[in-house]
Amino acid sequence: MGFAQAYDVVVIGAGHAGCEAALATAKMGLRTLILTISLDNVGLMPCNPSIGGAAKGQLVREIDALGGAMGLAIDQTYIQIRMLNTSKGPAVHALRAQIDKFAYMRWMKRQLEETPNLDFKQGVVTKILTRGDRVIGVRLKTEIDIAAKAVIVATGTYLRGLVHYGLVHYSSGPQGQHPSVELAHSLMEFGFELQRFKTGTPPRIHGDSVDYSKTTEMPGEELRRGFSFRAPLPRRQQVSCWLTQTTQQTHEIIRQNLDKAPMYTGEITGIGPRYCPSLEAKVYEFPDKQSHQIFIEPEGIGTKEMYLAGFSTSLPEDIQIEMIRTVPGLENVEIMRPGYAIEYDALDPLDLKSTLETKAIRGLFCAGQINGTSGYEEAAAQGLIAGINAALAIKEAEPLVLKRSQAYIGVLIDDLVTKGTREPYRLLTAKAEYRLLLRQDNADLRLTELGYQLGLISDPVYTAFLQKKEGIERLRTKLKEEVIPPSPAVNEKLSDLGQAPLQRSVSAEVFLRRPEINFNLLSEFISLNTEEIDPEVAEQVELQVKYSGYIERQQDQVERFLKLEAKKIPPDLQFESLHGLSSEAREKLARVRPESLGQAARISGVSPADINYLAIILEQRRRGRA
Amino acid sequence: MSIVFDNDTIAAISTPLGEGGLAIIRVSGDNAVKVVDQVFAPGGKVKPDFLGSAPSHTVHYGYILNRLGERVDEVLVSVMLAPRTFTRENTVEISCHGGMVSAQRVLEAVLDSGARLAEPGEFTKRAFLNGRIDLAQAEAVIDLIRAKTESSHAVALTNLRGGLSERVRAIREAVVEVLTYLEASIDFPEDEIPPLEQDLDQLLTRAQAEVTSLIETARTGRIYREGLATVILGRPNVGKSSLLNALLGEERAIVTQIPGTTRDLLEEQYNLRGLPLRIIDTAGIRATSDEVEKIGVTRSVEAISRADIILFLVDYSSGLTPEDLELATTLPVDHTILVANKADLPPGSGFYELEDRFGEPVLISAKDQTGLDALKDRILHTASVIKVDSTQTVLVTNLRHVEALRHAHEALQNAHKALDGAMPADLITIDLHSAVDHLGEITGDTASADVIDRIFANFCIGK
Repeated sequence: MGFAQAYDVVVIGAGHAGCEAALATAKMGLRTLILTISLDNVGLMPCNPSIGGAAKGQLVREIDALGGAMGLAIDQTYIQIRMLNTSKGPAVHALRAQIDKFAYMRWMKRQLEETPNLDFKQGVVTKILTRGDRVIGVRLKTEIDIAAKAVIVATGTYLRGLVHYGLVHYSSGPQGQHPSVELAHSLMEFGFELQRFKTGTPPRIHGDSVDYSKTTEMPGEELRRGFSFRAPLPRRQQVSCWLTQTTQQTHEIIRQNLDKAPMYTGEITGIGPRYCPSLEAKVYEFPDKQSHQIFIEPEGIGTKEMYLAGFSTSLPEDIQIEMIRTVPGLENVEIMRPGYAIEYDALDPLDLKSTLETKAIRGLFCAGQINGTSGYEEAAAQGLIAGINAALAIKEAEPLVLKRSQAYIGVLIDDLVTKGTREPYRLLTAKAEYRLLLRQDNADLRLTELGYQLGLISDPVYTAFLQKKEGIERLRTKLKEEVIPPSPAVNEKLSDLGQAPLQRSVSAEVFLRRPEINFNLLSEFISLNTEEIDPEVAEQVELQVKYSGYIERQQDQVERFLKLEAKKIPPDLQFESLHGLSSEAREKLARVRPESLGQAARISGVSPADINYLAIILEQRRRGRA
Repeated sequence: MSIVFDNDTIAAISTPLGEGGLAIIRVSGDNAVKVVDQVFAPGGKVKPDFLGSAPSHTVHYGYILNRLGERVDEVLVSVMLAPRTFTRENTVEISCHGGMVSAQRVLEAVLDSGARLAEPGEFTKRAFLNGRIDLAQAEAVIDLIRAKTESSHAVALTNLRGGLSERVRAIREAVVEVLTYLEASIDFPEDEIPPLEQDLDQLLTRAQAEVTSLIETARTGRIYREGLATVILGRPNVGKSSLLNALLGEERAIVTQIPGTTRDLLEEQYNLRGLPLRIIDTAGIRATSDEVEKIGVTRSVEAISRADIILFLVDYSSGLTPEDLELATTLPVDHTILVANKADLPPGSGFYELEDRFGEPVLISAKDQTGLDALKDRILHTASVIKVDSTQTVLVTNLRHVEALRHAHEALQNAHKALDGAMPADLITIDLHSAVDHLGEITGDTASADVIDRIFANFCIGK
């Protein structure tokens, strides 16, 4: 076969995963082609018009710290921003923004257009081309072959997409897009077993048909820092969301029409996400709950379309309108796009290495919803890592695998490739063992150095980062050195603040550990030029000092964890022949093929005795070779 | 069983359990020397960093102290620094008096000081992984680990007797429920998570109390295995040995003599209506210049600190002497019984001063065998006051379980402290997770998937 064109990397799909992947490989100096079914749907948000929240907000900060695009895109196109969870502890502060979907797509499209080394084309891939166990390119529907050293599949929910509106269903991608059918077959030819997942989306309504007086306004907040560490958050007029709730009448209509709900008639076989159930599922599973919250969220600035968060449904369109009109404020509402469910194919992520390369085909990487996840943020994070690793593989450099102790991205990918998933996977902070270390405020301190080494962080951004880091170190030293004496002046100030007096001299650092002392109060006791100190430096130092006891404990745990991670398992180890393993462990280990003892230990069904046994086998092999 | 793959410090009794003359407790790992230093009193005196500054491969005489600072046993300690040791790690071996009891107590002291109980075969495994033993021995190591972990698992499971697992599960369950709520409110801040029904403070208090009561049963268990240490104490010639003989006289048949774990003290096993006692007869306590007698007196004073019950014997006929009054001040109030012997003779001066302290004296005559039933009643009553309840079911017998319960207790305590200190939910969860993990070590339940599954089962999530 002759190739019409040749690239280093071809990325299939220009959603959140595909965009990050292509931008990364291009920035890392590789000739990249990104293909999309429609040039008008780059960075499309087919579901909610918001990004961030618990765990997801941390993910976006990490993407940004590594040099990905999502954080900048949000900051440039947000229409409302808030910090959630502020009362629940420093590690779980969660940034969340409402986005102008259309502005977001334009911004992302422009990034792709303007990035050097990156070609951006409309086209449908029907086949992955291989030679032996190596990828060599892709074939388009137009029967054009394009050569590539690496291919990144980021097809979202398009693979054999099937949409359901009540009992009506037909083959389609999300929001009326073309599905991708041939590509699914091409992947199956490699022996991948695809699983069937389902997700859904609520109706979009006309904003002018809402009676907002019956709802509760939820405004945004003025924040100094958005999702990106690399540029200040532009200030802008923010728009509100509106809160209302379903009624008993709504629930009654749902109950009467369950026979038309494809979820319950058996039409839908795909497994849906537990954290994002349809309204009919909520009513069915929690019959005692009197009402469910419904958030009315704008889809953008230049449009009247509103998204009904919490109202995801795949009941027939006529039932949907009947249901919605029982909700206070929505009595006269007009639906612009009905809600629907979509079923799609996903890989079993156990078929992937922790670089997101497939185990079966060298050079073939997968990212995003095809890997069994859901969420824009999860997709973008995988896209970035797949892009970075595709580029590193072509450059024959060491791959980038983030550890669970290093980033939420590490937790996400390790969960996928170690445990697999039987439902659309969503990241939660509860899935991270070292949550206190993986804060959104320190994502740059954790990852920006890496991003710079990869070539994804520019020099000016890196210089600013180094300055911040030095500022933190300087301030911490100062706090260690400054002594606060139990002088009458100091104790008088303390008593004015209603606090216990000092008994003896303490360092400013120890003083700051008092729960009621914050950085601003500290400046009343020692000379701190608060105006000169970057507020983010002060924030970092305060957190590091205040929670040092907990932080040190988690760091100790991390050290133990890393020891086990450092015990690498050679890729040619034949687990099948290790009879000292329990049969369940043998089977699981052979399927997952863990890369380290630590990873092996996280597989369910592998016992500590199996790990001890493996440790001995590894040492035996090591000595046998030495 | 945990995964064992760091150089953390492990300890175990490395001689076969039984009636050997000596037992060896082996401690291995980076901090082995530091751990033993904290519980070792060379020559009887506390000297910080004594072993730490000792040359490798040297032997030292002294005592092992428990966390209350009481002497547990007289020992020889060998310090061997890496790499010339069996495991190629820093190793300390403690030789103590043989027999289950003292070896267990020394081991407990070492575990309290920061070592972890070794897994079966772990010393051998480390020896292999650190390149100490050769390839040919590896197969044997594997067999050992396989066999021992499996049998210990089997034992561990059958050990969960008398509803221990139910009780541990119930505590764990309560903590998991709180965690489910806290984690749900953290991960789904905009969903309607109904408020926690129970008061977190109360719940933690209850969980701590439950764990404590399980640890208590371990103490009761020990008392049932070893007997309640009942020390007969008094100045010379008040009739201590006669009392011992009088008590034992009736039931000689069930008495066994244990070879003295504490020299010069005579120790007898005695079953008092189902409550096992170890009756310890001591040398008379008085000021003396005789060197040999001095040693005996010192031992008697030590016995006080280890006693569960003290029978403080005085002479009814001669009344209280200044020596009696002085000795009385060193005795604990709650588990000392004042016993006046020679009640067959006319009384001496009154016991008022001591009555205030120890209650009414029990009048006996060891010679005539009178008053012994009243004394037995008092012993049983005192045992119940110090919470040795013969009706209590002993649930925790396994040292590993005691270790897990202690860790769980510490974690719950920390969570409670964090709560009192108005720390945010996120930080409280750290200790709660740790408590759940430690409790799970006993029942074999694992945690985090539990919590996430429950979030979705308990709360209607989904914006």
